[in-house]
Amino acid sequence: MMDWSAIFLTLRLALVVCALLLIIGMPIASWLSFSKWRYKFFVESIVALPLVLPPTVLGFYVLVAMGSQSPFGRWYQSISGHAMPFTFTGLVIASVIYSLPFAVQPMTAAFGQVDRNLINASSTLGASRLRTFIRIVLPLSLGGVVTGVVLSFAHTLGEFGVVLMVGGNIPGVTQTVSIAIYDHVQALDYAGANHMALLLLAFSFITLSITYSLNRRAGIFYRPYRDSALRPEVGFAKTRRH
Amino acid sequence: MQLSVRIAKRLSKSFSLEAEFDAPAGFAMLLGPSGAGKTTLLNCIAGLLRPDAGRIALGERVLFDSASRTNLPVQERKLGYLFQNLALFPHLTIAQNVKYGISHLPAEQRSERMTAMLESFRIAHLVDRKPSEISGGERQRAALARSLVTNPTMLLLDEPLLALDVVTKAKIVDDLRIWNAEHAIPIVYVTHSPQEAYALGERVVVLDAGRVVGRGMPNEVLAAPRHETIAQIVGFENVFDVTVKSVSESQGTMLCQMDGSLTEIDVPLGHVEIGERVRIAIRAGDIIAATERPQHLSARNNFAARIVSIRREGPRVILLIEAGVTFEVHVTPRACDELGLAEGSPVWLVIKSYSCHLVAPRE
Repeated sequence: MMDWSAIFLTLRLALVVCALLLIIGMPIASWLSFSKWRYKFFVESIVALPLVLPPTVLGFYVLVAMGSQSPFGRWYQSISGHAMPFTFTGLVIASVIYSLPFAVQPMTAAFGQVDRNLINASSTLGASRLRTFIRIVLPLSLGGVVTGVVLSFAHTLGEFGVVLMVGGNIPGVTQTVSIAIYDHVQALDYAGANHMALLLLAFSFITLSITYSLNRRAGIFYRPYRDSALRPEVGFAKTRRH
Repeated sequence: MQLSVRIAKRLSKSFSLEAEFDAPAGFAMLLGPSGAGKTTLLNCIAGLLRPDAGRIALGERVLFDSASRTNLPVQERKLGYLFQNLALFPHLTIAQNVKYGISHLPAEQRSERMTAMLESFRIAHLVDRKPSEISGGERQRAALARSLVTNPTMLLLDEPLLALDVVTKAKIVDDLRIWNAEHAIPIVYVTHSPQEAYALGERVVVLDAGRVVGRGMPNEVLAAPRHETIAQIVGFENVFDVTVKSVSESQGTMLCQMDGSLTEIDVPLGHVEIGERVRIAIRAGDIIAATERPQHLSARNNFAARIVSIRREGPRVILLIEAGVTFEVHVTPRACDELGLAEGSPVWLVIKSYSCHLVAPRE
C-alpha cells in the first residue's frame, strides 16, 4: 500500500531544497574556489559540518534556533503568525542546511578546476566577474553543478533524523517517505515498508545513474579537449576518455 | 604611446620584483632565465597582480600609482594579453572566442570586425571550429586575433610562440608587425631565448632574480654583456673570476691573473684598480684551438693546454680544455678531425683580448 501523500511531500521537499541549494550553493562555491582569504578554511569547515555531524545533533540545534526562545524563531513568528518547527518551511530550512555540503562541494571542486588563465583571459578582454562566471566558469563546470544539485536532491529524499527532529511526523505536512517507512515498520507492516523502501531505492539509484552517465558522456556538458597539448594541467576533462 | 613601468612587488621572503623600464611603440623583449620574474612583471602590468609600490602608465593614462592610490581594474586597462597556454575558451568556437572581447558592439559591427581580424591573420576559414579542432599555429593566430580585435592600447605576450617551429613563428610575427605598423602600440614580449630577442626586438630588457640587469638595443645589450646573467643567457660559456695584475693605458688592456691558477690573461681595460677582482666572459666559439704553438698572430693570449674531454653535439664539437683553468671551446667536426684532436692531447689556446668581456657579477 503506497503512501502517496508522503511520496509527493518528499518529492516537493527535495525539489524545493535542491532549487534553493542551486541558488545559494553557487555563490558559496564560487567564493570558496576563488577567495584567497586566509581564514577560508573556517567557512569550508562550517559548510562541511553536516557531513560528519549526527543528524540528531544538527536537527536539535536547528530546532532550538527555530523555537520561540530564539530571536530568529520570534522574528519568524511575528511575520508569519505561527511557529516554524513542525512546518514544511521549517523542514525546508533544515534540509537546506543538512544538504549544503552535497551541493557545494562538487561545485567548488568543478569551479576550482577551471584553468585560471581562462578566467584571466576573460578579464583582460574586458568581461566583468559576473560575465566571466556565466560565460566561462559555469559552462566549463556544468558537470559539477549538476552533480551538486542531483546529490542534494537525492540526499534530501532519504533524510530521516533531521526531518524527525525538526518536522516531527505529521502526515501530509512533514511526514516524508523515510519516516513513513519507519511508521510501517513500527506497526509491523513490513509489506508497506518494503513498497516504500523499494521505491526510494530505485529512485535514488536511477537518479544517480543518470547523473553519472551524463557526466561521463562528452557533449552534454562541454566538449573536452581532444588535443592533449591544449589541456590545462588540472582539468575537469581528465576523467573523460577519448 | 609609451609604456613606463616602475614597480616593486614582494612575492615571498626570498623573492621580490623591482623593475623599471620604458617601452615605446614596437617590440620590447623581456628576456631572462626562468624564475626571473618575467610573468610576474607582466601580470602586474596587466593588473592581474597588484604591485606593492610604484607606477605604471601608458602615455597619459595612469594604470597604477601607489602614491595616488590608483589601480585600474584589468577590465579597464584595454590590453591584449597572450597567455603561455593561449587560454582560448575551449567550449566556444573561434568566432565566439574572437567576438568575446567586443560584446558591447552591435552584432553587425562585431561580425565585421571579427571577419576582418581573422582574414588579416589568415584563419577566416576556421570560424566554426573549436580550439581543439585546429593546429597549434592556427591556435596562436586565433588567440592573437582575439586579443587584437579589441584594439588594445598595449599587447603583452608571455612566451606565446614557445611550441612553434621557427618558420611558423616567423610568419606569425610578420603578421603581428604588419598589424602594429598601423596601430603603433607597445608590445611586451616575454622570452627566454636570446635568438628571439635578437630577431624580434627593437629593444630588450633583461631581468634576473627580479631586477633589471640590462636594457637597450639588442646588439648593445646582448653582444657585449655587462652582466653575468646576460652573458649566460646569450651563451657566454666561459665565465671566470680574475684579479687585475697590471694596467696598460696606452694599449687599452690590462693583465689579469685567473683565480685558482697562474694563468694570466690580457683583457680590455675597465674602470678598475690593480688588485681588484673582476669577472670576464668569453664565448666558446671565440676561442681558437691549435696543435702547434701559434706565431705571428695579433691575438694576445696564447696558452699551452691539454684536452680534458671531447663531446659531439650535432654539428659542433664541444671541447673542455685545461689551461690552469678549464675552458669550453666549440669547434666544427671537420676541424676536430683534421687536427686529430683527442682526449689528453696537448693543444694551444688562442684568445683575442677583445673576445674577453668584463661583466658585473650576479649579486
